[in-house]
Amino acid sequence: MKLEIENLHAEVDGKEILKGVTLTVKSGEVHAVMGPNGAGKSTLSNVIMGHPRYRVISGDVKLDGASILSMSPDKRARTGIFVSFQYPAEVPGVSIASFLRSAHGAINGKEMSVIDFQKLVKEKTKMLGISDDFIKRGLNEGFSGGEKKRGEILQMAVLSPRLAILDETDSGLDVDALRVVADGINRVSSSPDMGIILITHYNRILKYVIPDFVHVMHGGRIVRSGKSDLASFIEEKGYSSLEAT
Amino acid sequence: MEVAKEILDIKESYETKYGFSDPEKYSFKAKKGLSGEMVRQISAIKSEPEWMLDFRLRALKIFFSRPMPQWGPKLEIDFNNIFYYIKPVEKQGRSWDDVPKDIKSTFDKLGIPEAERKFLAGVGAQYESESVYHHIQKELGQQGVIFLDMDSGLRECPEIVKKHFGKIIPAGDNKFAALNSAVWSGGSFVYVPENVKVAMPLQAYFRINAKNMGQFERTLIITEPGSSVHYVEGCSAPSYSEDSLHAAVVEILAKENSRLRYTTIQNWSNNVYNLVTKRAHAHRNAVVEWIDGNLGSKITMKYPSVYLLGEGAKANIISIAYAGRGQHQDAGGKAVHMAKNTSSTILSKSISKDGGKTTYRGLLRVAKGATGVMSNVRCDALILDDTSSSDTVPYMDVAEKNVSITHEATVGKVSEETLFYLMSRGLKESDAMALVVRGFIEPFTKELPMEYAVELNRLVHMEMTGAVG
Repeated sequence: MKLEIENLHAEVDGKEILKGVTLTVKSGEVHAVMGPNGAGKSTLSNVIMGHPRYRVISGDVKLDGASILSMSPDKRARTGIFVSFQYPAEVPGVSIASFLRSAHGAINGKEMSVIDFQKLVKEKTKMLGISDDFIKRGLNEGFSGGEKKRGEILQMAVLSPRLAILDETDSGLDVDALRVVADGINRVSSSPDMGIILITHYNRILKYVIPDFVHVMHGGRIVRSGKSDLASFIEEKGYSSLEAT
Repeated sequence: MEVAKEILDIKESYETKYGFSDPEKYSFKAKKGLSGEMVRQISAIKSEPEWMLDFRLRALKIFFSRPMPQWGPKLEIDFNNIFYYIKPVEKQGRSWDDVPKDIKSTFDKLGIPEAERKFLAGVGAQYESESVYHHIQKELGQQGVIFLDMDSGLRECPEIVKKHFGKIIPAGDNKFAALNSAVWSGGSFVYVPENVKVAMPLQAYFRINAKNMGQFERTLIITEPGSSVHYVEGCSAPSYSEDSLHAAVVEILAKENSRLRYTTIQNWSNNVYNLVTKRAHAHRNAVVEWIDGNLGSKITMKYPSVYLLGEGAKANIISIAYAGRGQHQDAGGKAVHMAKNTSSTILSKSISKDGGKTTYRGLLRVAKGATGVMSNVRCDALILDDTSSSDTVPYMDVAEKNVSITHEATVGKVSEETLFYLMSRGLKESDAMALVVRGFIEPFTKELPMEYAVELNRLVHMEMTGAVG
């Protein structure tokens, strides 16, 4: 798997947010994208997933050499792209279990038998320390912030994408919940076939999920890239220290 | 999870599954149109007692004397262009083996196997105007439970039928109740003796096959004190270009401390006028539940009602309506509180798409002296596109102060965010939409026996994904 973001410019409601993002992610790599509010981090994940409100002005996003920009979100999902959303929509009355089975079937082109699917989900919930009752609940219906995040990680584990973008998965979590979610990410992402973009405002999740690369986003561009020590540098000096460069 | 599988497995078109029509084969087919002579003929063929013929003839007069309803959807029905009675086979099938092959194949094509085969022993199925198959499980018979088609009920239990027939819904109740009273045929007769609890749902499957044939089934259910029963019917009709009429009457008498649940899922083809009068009398501490699903039909007008006549009686009315292109679902529920400490819940969910229209029409009445009444009415409408619409017509008539009444109404659309979210997990837009709708009606679906829930979700999915044609 290779995702290439090439000089990507994109707008929402007529306002240009991404102003030339370039980034390449390969299987087995974890890339942290950090940056202050308004840097364009969430826009990046929405554009990659194909949110209808976002418009690409120029540049390209390629998966294994082929542009995905003309694809609808469901087609992108079927090529193996997944976004763990910061604020996933609530879908009342649809249980996580039945939704996941439909999604799994749609992505793999064939639905598993109920029994096999139950087995798969059981394995994943156990791995993530999620109770069996959780998957019977309505999808994100009345979920706390932490429950939503765990639900998203469970979806990622079950759907096993090739590229996962985790959008502010750490925000709004207390330390315990953060540890649980980070642990889950590590377990799921231990697959050498998966590449991860970890979008975060703070670096505290990076204590639990060690990135191979760290990128700092600011003003719709990646202004600095480095190894994991870049995260510690930002923690000490703050984002403003990068603005001068 | 079973449900999700069923939905995605379905690829066949609605036409194939529901729009077929078997070659017509009848032993007797009355002439089109309405007349006293025709009513006499129906009654004579059925060898009915004199009182029933009189009842029919009086009802016919009432029907002729009444104008069409001056409210609700516009009905354009040519009453002279409808068959009022068709008898498909000479005698009733005693067992499933006796049921003619082509009729069985009709049931097969309807997909009854999923919904019914498992429960076949308890099925009473109506094909055209006459039930062709009736079988009461041995245990039911031993418990004294009577589950017959209405014609047999009249023959075999004349006293009970005479005492209750047309009492809860008199012929003069409305024009279509009068029509039904004049030409009724088939339907179910259920009698549950004192303290008998019927464990399995009693199921009947109704169906129209002939062009321009009215279906006027008549159902009467009586639950004696302390008894309980769940009656289930599903309906489906093939599509025809000429309009059909379905005008049914369902009367329920729930005596003290008895419990009755009446579940209906209707999926008439889009040329059927579906005009149904359903009413229950609930006596002291009785519980009556209408679970009512309306898909299909051209126009549906149906407001299942419960008259709470004894202290502590409860009514629960849960309905869904789906209106697609050219359809108007005018449905709701009525609760009439005549006694103290009675309670009612009405939950109505409607979906409109492709120019369809849904109307919630409800009545809540509290009589003077009925203190301590609790009532909760909620109607939620989901409108799937800009050409579709929904409105709410709740009537309230409360003559007592010491009551607790809530009424809530919501109108919603499926947000771009929700669709995007579901699509980001690989679901096509139409599948995502179907999933949202499925969740929306879940408070209804969860009340259904599993087989019916699966069938309903499948129908909704076909409507959403345009497999309807």
